[in-house]
Amino acid sequence: MDDVPQRRGKTPIVEMIGVSKRFPGVLANDHVDLAIRAGEIHVLLGENGAGKSTLIGMLCGLMQPDAGEIRIDGQPRRIGSPRRALDLGIGTVFQHVMLVPALTVAENMALGKPWWRSPDRAALGRRLVEIGRGLGLSVRPDAITGTLSLGEQQQAEILRALMRGSRVLVLDESTSMLTPKGAEELGALMRRLADQGLAVVFITHKLKEAFAFGDRISVLRLGRKVGEIAPERKAAMREADFTADVLGLMFGTTASPAVVAEETGTARAPRRARGRELLEVSDLAIDGYAAEPGIDLTVAEGEILGLAGIDGNGQRELAETLAGQRAATRGKIRLGREAIEALDVGTRRRRGLRYVTDDRLGEGTVGSFPVATNLVLKEIGEAPYWRHGVERPKAIAAHARDLIDAFDIRTPGPATPIARLSGGNIQKALLARELSGPARVVVYAKPTYGLDVQNIVATRRRIRQAAERGVATLLISTDLEELIELSDRIVVMAHGRLVGMVENDAAARERVGALMVGAGA
Amino acid sequence: MEHLFTQAFLTALILGALTAGIPLLLAGLGEQISEQAGVLNIGIEGMMLSGAYLGFLVAYRTGSIWLGFGGGALGGMLVAAVMVLLCVRLGLSQIVIGIALTIGAEGMTALLHQFQFSQSYPRLPGVATLPIPGLSDIPVIGPALFNRPAIVYIAVALVFVLAALYRFTNLGLNLKAAGDKPAALDAAGVDVVRTRAVAVLSTGILAGIGGAFLADVGAGLFIPFMTNGAGFIGIVLAMLARGRPLYVLLGALLFGACLSMTTALQVAGVDIPTDVIQMLPFAAVMAVLIAFGRRASLPAALGLPYVRGAR
Amino acid sequence: MSAEAGVEAARPAHAAPTGVAAWSRWLRPVLLSLGPILATLLFSGALLLAFGVSPIDYYQAVLHRGIVSPSGLQEVLTRMAPLLLVAASLTVAFRAGIWNLGGDGQFLLAAVVVAATAPLLVTHMPDWLALALCMALAAGVGALWSLVPALLRAYQGVNEIITTLMMTFLGVSFANVLVKLVFLDPATTVPQTRTLPVDDRLPHLFDTRISSGLVVGLVAVILVHLVMTRTAFGLRLRVVGANARAAMHAGLPVPRLTVAVFALSAALAGLAGAVEILGVEGNVRADWNPAFSLTVVPLVFLARFNGYATILFVFLFSVLSIGGESAARLTGVPNFFTLVLVAILLLLLAVAEYADHRHRERTRA
Repeated sequence: MDDVPQRRGKTPIVEMIGVSKRFPGVLANDHVDLAIRAGEIHVLLGENGAGKSTLIGMLCGLMQPDAGEIRIDGQPRRIGSPRRALDLGIGTVFQHVMLVPALTVAENMALGKPWWRSPDRAALGRRLVEIGRGLGLSVRPDAITGTLSLGEQQQAEILRALMRGSRVLVLDESTSMLTPKGAEELGALMRRLADQGLAVVFITHKLKEAFAFGDRISVLRLGRKVGEIAPERKAAMREADFTADVLGLMFGTTASPAVVAEETGTARAPRRARGRELLEVSDLAIDGYAAEPGIDLTVAEGEILGLAGIDGNGQRELAETLAGQRAATRGKIRLGREAIEALDVGTRRRRGLRYVTDDRLGEGTVGSFPVATNLVLKEIGEAPYWRHGVERPKAIAAHARDLIDAFDIRTPGPATPIARLSGGNIQKALLARELSGPARVVVYAKPTYGLDVQNIVATRRRIRQAAERGVATLLISTDLEELIELSDRIVVMAHGRLVGMVENDAAARERVGALMVGAGA
Repeated sequence: MEHLFTQAFLTALILGALTAGIPLLLAGLGEQISEQAGVLNIGIEGMMLSGAYLGFLVAYRTGSIWLGFGGGALGGMLVAAVMVLLCVRLGLSQIVIGIALTIGAEGMTALLHQFQFSQSYPRLPGVATLPIPGLSDIPVIGPALFNRPAIVYIAVALVFVLAALYRFTNLGLNLKAAGDKPAALDAAGVDVVRTRAVAVLSTGILAGIGGAFLADVGAGLFIPFMTNGAGFIGIVLAMLARGRPLYVLLGALLFGACLSMTTALQVAGVDIPTDVIQMLPFAAVMAVLIAFGRRASLPAALGLPYVRGAR
Repeated sequence: MSAEAGVEAARPAHAAPTGVAAWSRWLRPVLLSLGPILATLLFSGALLLAFGVSPIDYYQAVLHRGIVSPSGLQEVLTRMAPLLLVAASLTVAFRAGIWNLGGDGQFLLAAVVVAATAPLLVTHMPDWLALALCMALAAGVGALWSLVPALLRAYQGVNEIITTLMMTFLGVSFANVLVKLVFLDPATTVPQTRTLPVDDRLPHLFDTRISSGLVVGLVAVILVHLVMTRTAFGLRLRVVGANARAAMHAGLPVPRLTVAVFALSAALAGLAGAVEILGVEGNVRADWNPAFSLTVVPLVFLARFNGYATILFVFLFSVLSIGGESAARLTGVPNFFTLVLVAILLLLLAVAEYADHRHRERTRA
């Protein structure tokens, strides 16, 4: 896999030299140098806010640097627009897919061509299939894009970049929306692309992926490039050393052992004695999935039950059914022996059932409303925040200040619209809302999805602490490492059914993996 | 009731459906372009009115119906240009600006008309028709359908031209993308603002010609506020038809038929109040919505200004 | 993102004001309104000059009739009554993310029903009871006319812009049918309903000629403002309006709240119709349609759904329209000029708000 020596010494396709970008109040990029070479996977690592997106924004023409220059094939160039970037051979696949859902895949390939021309759907489709075949991808050109999975849409985007003759392919946080298997496949695809002579730039904050996929690693922190690991050195490194080095660069100090342990997945939950059952689900059939057999599961006091599975196999629907947002077609849900399947969301919540959604801005919060209001969003009209239906602003603000302190939510104030906070702080606010008060059973949906390392660590700590206080936890995640780190037992879901249950022991990883892809336990 | 379906009645009905339907067709086709591109063009009523006024004025002064339609297109485009500047370029509320433009156009055209003609309403001569040889001799439908002013044929042909444009050009894809996911269009290197600007200006041209038709062909004169909600019907037609121009044609003819039904019934000697008949198309649309409501979905980014980099 | 969500997101969201200094809370909005008003006067002044009319004379006439002369001012305040109720109606809907563009239909039908019943009721019961019953009836008729759009929106997800516009067109024609065929006053030759005797109408305020409908309107706007900003019910509606999925997630009964919003909004529009008939018109003539709803929509937007700002904008609008009528007579400028004036004002207010927004974006960090 490593043919490092051949690659060494090639002239870069793109050079960013001393590039700076300033936003009001922030120096997003401060004299960053970056060289992108053919045949190389260049990983850009950094925490959220380290300046990765800004750097990429300048590379693909969405914004212009305030200082410094960008050279392409040694010539200084101005990349004034996304179109210019495409013309210069720089193709970008953004974290959020940039395809038009209402158009077919082939039609998406035609976007950006002269307007008076006719999109030759058949020819585009043929080329798409052809290029895809060379990379082991199969995307149906006449499928409506919105109906494809995120992984498929991403593949379509990569193919589009290739069809446009890109020499540099930028992948912005492309694995964050993918399943572990999907991420692995993307890694393999990047390798094949690099082998075909493309320059690949891969932005991530996941160290594991950086190590697994990257040739050259550049680390950004607070807008500055703080280190680069050349291919020769990277190839000679062990993962543990790599992790320690990079964490040191990302956080500025030698990272604490706890962080390293979390990141490398070596921390294991201590075994807990099994308490009484708090959540009992029997013969539950979820709306939209085959009814037979129903779902059976139990979660005991203080237990963390992991729920593994490839995204889109009914996990979200199960969580919503438990929370009461979605009606079950059949079955029983008991919360501490009481049947709750007929109760509404609010009543279930008052009985102690909480749901931390993964769609934080889409449904978890109202972005334009203040943090304080969002913290009581599920208690509208209830005492002490409302009396006879009339709001008591002081009580709401005091409650907000308490939670902001207790959960370390970084916000200018309780009145700040919550959408202005970072993803990590929005997640803290959600955790604060769901874990405060008499929480007995908490369902988490992908609780660390899209967060950076520090917030991942903090979130997992909260989950563990809540469980230690006796909360029965159902942890839905597509991140196998996370499940292994936190869970007592792991159930696996596929096609809306539970396909197996595994004690979290040394063999768990393999058996869960096998169950996820459909091989029996 | 057999006396009802006389030849005279049917001819009058079809004729009326076309005459009342063509302005709606043009408005609906125009609005459809904007809506596909993500602009809810509430100002279309103003564009039609402006087109009606200028269309009439030019036709009256020059005596040329074609120059009149040119004037109509210009009138609609003037209003559309303001909309482009404020809603597409600056991203102001499409509702506020749209309504303000409609109010402004209502006032301005009425004002100008009064200054030019004070209280008189001069008429244009009848518009020459263009009989299509052979077809126009068919009984009943022949004179009604195939002996019409040339602009009628052009408007109907436009339905197919637009359908082909949506299906067979990249412009069609660009419009759809601008309404569905403008950020994706931008990332593909197409200027979203320019795409939407073109869409809104096209709406202005079509709505303006529709207004000019109303004044020059339909009524033969200009009366303040003469569009009387035709633009709003256009909005509804576009919303119901979504990306399919043919559906706009069908809807426009349905509305046109109902609007002209009273005249036709009078020809047939039946006296039913206009208002009862006028309720028919709206009642029909409501019935359709009650039956097939779920399908009336709209472009995802409809009504949203596009700002690069904002999410 | 669903197609619905797209339109939803266009509905302006609103956050509680952060604790800022008093000047920026009061002075800035005032400046933001005064600037465009001055600019409008300049613009339309130039226009007047082009028509050969002295702008000074025109504005003087507007001011004189609209504010200075007692009878004019009283007329302005009376005109405000239905406008305020329509504004309250729209505010409820827009805050809850519902585009109720069917206010004119709801208004008109309620007006017709009230005009038909009021003259009958006053002969059988005390005036106050008859008036109260009529207002309740109007609210009910308005709400009823919004039922189909409400149910379609709540349970089928059908876009309410289409349905409410349809219902307005339907309602305008239906109102005419009622006036011409059902509630026709046999005593007159022009098609219109029976006329409510002046003595039986809404009482005037004190010794003036201001209709007490003004009080109804003011109370409605302020009540709506307080309910929407200070109560649990209002917050629930705002959550539904700002993010319907978050509302579902928080366990709010979104379909039921949606129907409630329609009912409330349409009832207020209906009430506006009642106030106009009971306080001013006394009857409905065929083809009468003041189309208040459509003109109030932009006012409500510019006020950012704030009740107090709405009152100011409605006052301004009333002064312009009443004063404009008089100025038209005096200076020979057709009445239509008021429409142009209002349009220019709306455009400039929107532009000013945009400029202010941009300015704040730039200076924030």
